[in-house]
Amino acid sequence: MTLTQPITTSIAGPTGVSRLFAAGASDFRSHRAVFGPMPGAVDEGHLLAELEASGLAGRGGAAFPTWRKLVAVRDASFGGTRAGGTGPGSRGFGTGTGRRSSATRGGPVVIANGAEGEPLSRKDETLLAGAPHLVIDGLLLAATSVRASDVVLYAPTRSLEYVTRAIAERTDAERIRLVTAPETFLSGEASAVVSAVGGGRAIPRDRIVRLSESGLGGAPTLVQNVETLAHLALLARFGATWFRSRGTDEDPGTRLVSVSGDVPSPRVYEVAAGMPLLDPLVSAGARPPGIGAVLVGGYHGAWVPGTAVATSLSPSGLRPFGAAPGAGILMVLGPHRCGLDASAEIVKYLAGQSAKQCGPCANGLPRLADVLRRLARRDRAEWLPAEIKRLARVVAGRGSCHHPDGTARLVLSTLTVFADDVQAHLQGRCEVRR
Amino acid sequence: MSRDASSSSDASLHIDWTLCDGRGLCTELLPELLTRDEWGYPLAAAGSDVTVPRELVGPAKQAVGLCPRAALRLRASAGA
Ligand code: SF4
Ligand code: SF4
Repeated sequence: MTLTQPITTSIAGPTGVSRLFAAGASDFRSHRAVFGPMPGAVDEGHLLAELEASGLAGRGGAAFPTWRKLVAVRDASFGGTRAGGTGPGSRGFGTGTGRRSSATRGGPVVIANGAEGEPLSRKDETLLAGAPHLVIDGLLLAATSVRASDVVLYAPTRSLEYVTRAIAERTDAERIRLVTAPETFLSGEASAVVSAVGGGRAIPRDRIVRLSESGLGGAPTLVQNVETLAHLALLARFGATWFRSRGTDEDPGTRLVSVSGDVPSPRVYEVAAGMPLLDPLVSAGARPPGIGAVLVGGYHGAWVPGTAVATSLSPSGLRPFGAAPGAGILMVLGPHRCGLDASAEIVKYLAGQSAKQCGPCANGLPRLADVLRRLARRDRAEWLPAEIKRLARVVAGRGSCHHPDGTARLVLSTLTVFADDVQAHLQGRCEVRR
Repeated sequence: MSRDASSSSDASLHIDWTLCDGRGLCTELLPELLTRDEWGYPLAAAGSDVTVPRELVGPAKQAVGLCPRAALRLRASAGA
């Protein structure tokens, strides 16, 4: 892997940790003044090489290497044979409502995904409000690099207002179709995104063929989080070496985090990847004795105990807790709040957000929510923890999307991190709510 | 069926949970691989893609053909 030359530009990349919001304002003039023009004739091979060297991973949650997704889509469309084009399981997405603008079956589709779904996540909306032009640049660059024939930005209504305003400020973005995302937990799941863009409901679909091979209307489809695209727009200008000058080897660059919960000033922050988990919490006004635990990665994430917040916000730092940086969601639980109570509320919400198409998810999540609620309410039934574990194992991996797996992860993490509270509750006591 | 899974190697049985109604016909045809969970849905050792050893490819094909909801697919084992 060689680091290639940055694409020639007369403007230097932002030197601080504040990269995505470095323009200071959301208008096109400020954007151009700080970042310079979008690289014009991008050599797609060069961009892909730069992306690979950068190590940029998706910022929507799954942290998949960005260049690999682009290469998969490019190869699927240039390869000639449409893998899985007629076989079973390749039932293309899209309900034939004719919403694909070009209607050419051939070209790939690129979709910028700004649907966070997760109630605790604010970063994508904040990004689209503060730096819409970076996202648009990234989307157009990604579209060019795979020679997309359909370019879509999918986000909730409010975010689309910012984007509409931004598109009107420039002349090169008219080809972007805007599609409204509903505000449901699963609206941002990749197959739900493709379904919604195709005119269907924003619920996950079962798939045995990757979207990069057969997505919208059967075309190779790239679904990329908006923050990832914004990083791509900077990378295309300033190069992989610049990108890697922040963050760690394992997790290069910066990332947006949404800090919420029991903190004085909940906010979205841009941080260098790999820094201590505590840092953005301190920025939000939290101090260690005031941090009982942190939910990392959102409702499908895992708890990190307040005693361990010095660990790094990186894949290796969070792995011991079964967590990952994911989409950068950090929710602080104050020491006065019961972790079992909080988790029970979340699992109840998650059970309600199941698309109820898959038996184990539709039946198992409400059941899981119920037993966890009993534990949270100090029901003195000794079998509860074992039953919770059993149910978590029964649902995990048995859905057409990761909703049951994510829910199981949260539940198992709850029993581990709040083990003392579990014991207290079984004896009818609560360590925090007396 | 997508690829010919009757050849020498193991195959993989995919359950489309959005289609399966949990009446459990497949679990009767493939008791070696599938049991039923408390709601009747097929339960394998792990997840939605069940490894089918060569000697069970026949019954697995039968399950695919007889599943009333066409929720099963047999594929050449692609490693998940
Ligand atoms: S696993 Fe649950 S949330 Fe996911 S598609 Fe199936 S029913 Fe819907
Ligand atoms: S036979 Fe088909 S519908 Fe019935 S339980 Fe098995 S997979 Fe589900």
